[in-house]
Amino acid sequence: MAEMIALSRLTKRFGPLTAVDGIDMKVSRGEVLGFLGPNGAGKSTTMKMVTGFLAPTSGTAMVDGMDVTVDPVKAKQRIGYLPEGAPCYGDMTPRSFLNFIADVRMLSGKERDKAIDETIERVEIAGVLDQPIETLSKGFKRRVGLAQAILHNPPVLILDEPTDGLDPNQKHQVRTLIQEMASDKAVVISTHILEEVEAVCSRAVVIARGKILADGTPEDLLKRSPLHNAVHVRVAAAAASAVAGDLKTLAVVGEVTQGESREGYCEFSVTSKTGAPIAPDVAALLKDKGHPVSDLKTEKGALDAVFRDITRGPAKKPAEAQNA
Amino acid sequence: MRNIAIIAKREFKGYFATPLALVFIVIFLALTGAFAFYVGGFFSRGYADLTPFFSYHPWLFLLLVPAIGMRLWAEERKSGTIELLMTLPVSTLDAVLGKFLAAWAFCGLALALTFPMWITVNVLGDPDNGIIVASYIGSFVMAGAFLSISACISALTKNQVIAFIIAATVCFLFTMSGAQLVLNFFQGWAPEVLVDALRSMSFLTHFQAVTQGVIDVKDVVFFGSLIVLWLFLNVIAVEINKGR
Repeated sequence: MAEMIALSRLTKRFGPLTAVDGIDMKVSRGEVLGFLGPNGAGKSTTMKMVTGFLAPTSGTAMVDGMDVTVDPVKAKQRIGYLPEGAPCYGDMTPRSFLNFIADVRMLSGKERDKAIDETIERVEIAGVLDQPIETLSKGFKRRVGLAQAILHNPPVLILDEPTDGLDPNQKHQVRTLIQEMASDKAVVISTHILEEVEAVCSRAVVIARGKILADGTPEDLLKRSPLHNAVHVRVAAAAASAVAGDLKTLAVVGEVTQGESREGYCEFSVTSKTGAPIAPDVAALLKDKGHPVSDLKTEKGALDAVFRDITRGPAKKPAEAQNA
Repeated sequence: MRNIAIIAKREFKGYFATPLALVFIVIFLALTGAFAFYVGGFFSRGYADLTPFFSYHPWLFLLLVPAIGMRLWAEERKSGTIELLMTLPVSTLDAVLGKFLAAWAFCGLALALTFPMWITVNVLGDPDNGIIVASYIGSFVMAGAFLSISACISALTKNQVIAFIIAATVCFLFTMSGAQLVLNFFQGWAPEVLVDALRSMSFLTHFQAVTQGVIDVKDVVFFGSLIVLWLFLNVIAVEINKGR
């Protein structure tokens, strides 16, 4: 079955508060889904329901064809889960902790030794195996939590803020690890670091106030940015007004913003009217008109601006889902 | 069964990862000894038996068993590891039983380490060892009952101190429920059936019956059903509270 996670009308209420409001979502093998949203959007609550920690108020969560509330133990066998904050038993050492997890995951014999050795190597905790977990640095604690989640090579991997609180090198390591494992798994990671989505995710789902507001590839999301495919062009300051006039004559151009002159050069920011690439047109135009160009680059658009647009303001209509 | 054993093993080792196990065992042994010799008059009574030793067990357990039980769930909830535990492929019942059995085994270990008392009394005289075995079993089962109460209450709070105080209070009420102190409170208004029921709940009465050397089915059923009831409540408490 390609669909490893299937949520349908999944809802969770805490008293009067609706934390997750009728979410429908499917995740297939090979996908790395980035779960995005402001704090309190319902990311963690959704993950807790998928992993069987919280019972949904209504709706169903299926993991590898098994309903989490009907067959919790079987569903949990197929999931590797890193809870938010990577809680571990502080008085255990990573070695004894992983042995405990291997027991619970019913690994035995050679398979068990191999799984433990490989995992230790993968998350690079060989140096701290015999120190109590509570004495480890945040980065190591997170890696021990990650080790626990991937030990049994689960087909479904759910990681709640896996890189939160790590330094840039550690973040890079964890992202590489996720990408390495992604090919044969369905991976869901929650994050509010947008560069992470661009770096590791094949699909991004934006959620706010318990509802899905956008669902598509990171590129799809970027297309929503007003700056998507905008062009930055730098010309001699002397020609600035002529260039500005010429640029506005192009049909594909939206807005032209003139930046400050510096060191004899002036920079323009030119947006695309339709979001389609305009760099060739701009370059051709400037060449025709004989304006020497010292620099020209295309902007992809900033994901955080898109994120703000999508998640802000309750008056805003939920954006239509875009499918990758 | 397998999962219960795995969880129990981890939990049992956990007691020894910190000084808790050592502190507990040393204090338990010191107190059982002190009560037997100084308060119970072990030597001056002139009988070769362990009655002065066992008769203080309910009072010691009242304080010490909630100290073992208080961490079982409160700590998991406080540190967030409950989310880890409950998303592993184990049922809530497995986890409840595993934790309970680990703590009970720990109580058993502490109790077993009082064996020098048994040796001493056999050296000094000719005690009825049948009664002593029965008393040990009774003491162990009573510790289990105290522990099931403590474990359940531990699942109701994230705060271990609160868990300890409430568990000790509930244990006290169960111990004392046959005494006039507690019964007076109910006798004025409660129906006679309830007062009788309360009187029959007394740990002291049931434990004393066992230490007479008679392991009566009704005492065993009393403690056994109490353990089952509190563990059942424990499962419910974990289910309700785990996400909070």
